[in-house]
Amino acid sequence: MSRAGLLSIEDLGRQGIVEILHLADSFAEVSERSIPKVPALRGKTVATVFFESSTRTRLSFEAAAKRLSADTMTFTAATSSVTKGESLRDTVETIDALGVDVMVVRHGSSGAPAQVARWVEAYVVNAGDGQHEHPTQALLDCFTLREAMARRAGADPVDDLAGVRIAIVGDVRHSRVARSCVLAFRALGARVVLVGPPTLLPPTTEGWGVEVVHDLDTALDEVDVCYLLRLQSERLREALLPSLGEYSERYGLTRERARRLDPDLLVMHPGPMIRGVEIAAEIASSPRSLVTRQVHNGVAVRMAVLFRLLAGDLRAPFPGMPAGAGAVEPAVRVTGGARSG
Amino acid sequence: MAERGGGHRLLLRGGSVVAPVGGQRADVLVEGGMIVAVAPGIDAPPGTEVLDASGCVTGPGLVDLHTHLRQPGREDAETVETGARAAALGGYTAVVAMPNTDPATDSAAAVRAVLALARGACVEVAVAGAITVGRAGERLVPFAEMAALGVRLFTDDGRGVQHAGLMRRALEYARPLGVVLAEHCEDEELAGGGSMHEGAWSSRLGIPGQPAIAEEAMVERDLGLVRLTGTRMHLLHLSSARSVALVRAARAEGLPVTAEVTPHHLSLTDAEVAGYDPVFKVNPPLRTAADVLAVRAGVLDGTIDAVATDHAPHPPESKEEPFDTAPPGMTGLETAFAVAYGALCLDGATGAPPWLTAPGASPRRASVAELFGALSVVPARVAGLDVASGHGGPIRPGARAQLCVVDLAARWTVDPATSASRSRNTPFAGRELVGRVRHTIVGGEAVVVDGKAVR
Repeated sequence: MSRAGLLSIEDLGRQGIVEILHLADSFAEVSERSIPKVPALRGKTVATVFFESSTRTRLSFEAAAKRLSADTMTFTAATSSVTKGESLRDTVETIDALGVDVMVVRHGSSGAPAQVARWVEAYVVNAGDGQHEHPTQALLDCFTLREAMARRAGADPVDDLAGVRIAIVGDVRHSRVARSCVLAFRALGARVVLVGPPTLLPPTTEGWGVEVVHDLDTALDEVDVCYLLRLQSERLREALLPSLGEYSERYGLTRERARRLDPDLLVMHPGPMIRGVEIAAEIASSPRSLVTRQVHNGVAVRMAVLFRLLAGDLRAPFPGMPAGAGAVEPAVRVTGGARSG
Repeated sequence: MAERGGGHRLLLRGGSVVAPVGGQRADVLVEGGMIVAVAPGIDAPPGTEVLDASGCVTGPGLVDLHTHLRQPGREDAETVETGARAAALGGYTAVVAMPNTDPATDSAAAVRAVLALARGACVEVAVAGAITVGRAGERLVPFAEMAALGVRLFTDDGRGVQHAGLMRRALEYARPLGVVLAEHCEDEELAGGGSMHEGAWSSRLGIPGQPAIAEEAMVERDLGLVRLTGTRMHLLHLSSARSVALVRAARAEGLPVTAEVTPHHLSLTDAEVAGYDPVFKVNPPLRTAADVLAVRAGVLDGTIDAVATDHAPHPPESKEEPFDTAPPGMTGLETAFAVAYGALCLDGATGAPPWLTAPGASPRRASVAELFGALSVVPARVAGLDVASGHGGPIRPGARAQLCVVDLAARWTVDPATSASRSRNTPFAGRELVGRVRHTIVGGEAVVVDGKAVR
């Protein structure tokens, strides 16, 4: 029954990630055409089902679906029967009954897409669930990083991030982006260091295959990429931090800090950015920033994910995908034992 | 209950009766609600209802210290009638109904209401009272008035009493009443609203966790209050290794404290949460394999006195909410004996279901008599059930007949659809168990015969 879709980066493994990156290469080329549209998914229907607000992710998925000529449907919790008390299950079963091929689900609760995948026939793509994962964000980050590395080397993009050193900075504990990025970056061979105060790091990173440090300046001396996470103001109310000022001072990419940076250091951010807290405005707009490339590449990567799920054999899931996400070891699997299929 | 059994005669034939060592082959003859003979090869006088106990062991009916019957207030989840039937099918002859109903059992009127519902139930239902009005942790309930109606156990279960000063007053006030206060050990500040055990799995799954210290801090506080007040206390559903160690030290010191563990904390770990199925959400949360080993060891060395179900039914729609908003709790009455038997008495060599074998477990196994001790004898005493009630044994002529007959060789697979509970939220669905209740005798009356409820 379970032919889930894409719920976690663990569903892909290294080989699955590489396959998506290759597909995204060709779709990036499509996006450059004067009419950026291919008939690959004509007759298929993609529904974006968002129980939590979003700008870029939803628009990006919808653009991806449209460029593949799929029909799209949009569901937003705020304008739906959910406000009348309809349950998650009833809501998604109703959408499923309309006949959709892929449900792109965002939800404020970790694991909600995994639950949805047990109830619907459609493939489920996790577009961000609580503090769990945001796999397409991690995929577009891999794509963007690989592109930037290739540009720097003046060569074609390679398949992995071997040897690339990446610092993920800030509120890792509450970040679904961080969880997916750690899995994806590690799967592609990057070295990952998590940077933040202990209150914003996961209770344990046992099995994650990462380093943890609490001092940003030490970390910045040793990395190629600084990946900043958004800091939500509710962390102050939860008393996880004394003040935004102190956070910015210790973990923000401030102007002063930027002056000391290696000129080659790349900066990434999943958005939405809080300029002046985790990142100084001028850094966000500087050449070292990949932020707009991340957004730009999101469409091609999501086209690749939708295409991979729906084109050809509908019943062939991602390689290496377990039945039902999460039925895996807690340890991060660095190399998926994936078979292409 | 007294009228149960009447002049009816009933013979349990061909089995053995649980005994400190092994078990002795004996039939049990019951008449007028009382055990009248325990001996091999009893001849049944004409008109005797004969139940086949061959291949089975007859023990004292099980007594559950921790049952949520949900009535009044959540009759969609369970009623006294359906919960009692599930209990009977699980071999229970008495259960203690937890007071976190709606309204809470926090007054004499509320106690009377539950007692009235209990009168028609197929097992004995003892009523537990809340410690504070509305379980809000602010004002004490009328302990004496409720005790006069027969309430022997008071708890705010579902929540711990957060204010140490108030808990101290409750213990002091209750001391002359001869009742026991039972604590749900959870410091809500430290628990921080987490919905699973804080550790490697919660970190990976992105589910805010509640750390073991949230339980242990309150265990430690309450042991201090017991030392101060001298009032007897019972600690509900202990789940962490450190909690067991704290209680072990307190017992060595001679503090009047008892403790229980649930079948699910004896058998399941936080790894179950990996699929985000809220059926595995429970409070206290499923913890690590090391904790499972520690609570098992706690039962085996007598630190933990009782196995209690914390049977907590919830309707399917509640358990289909997202993990963080779904209510905590699992059903357990119908599976408790077999889960505890597999976890405590069996090992790989003696036929434990593979999922229940724990690498690194102590080679010592509990005897069947010890298992009945933890599931019946001790809980009956903690619950304050009168010896004349027959609950908790012993099985001898002149005692009231509260019995269960268990086939220790029966292997079966849990099917939630066949549960007598109104809810289906068992974490053991699809799992193989060993040991199945064949008959349950309440006050001399067979309420379960051949694994089927007859009333």
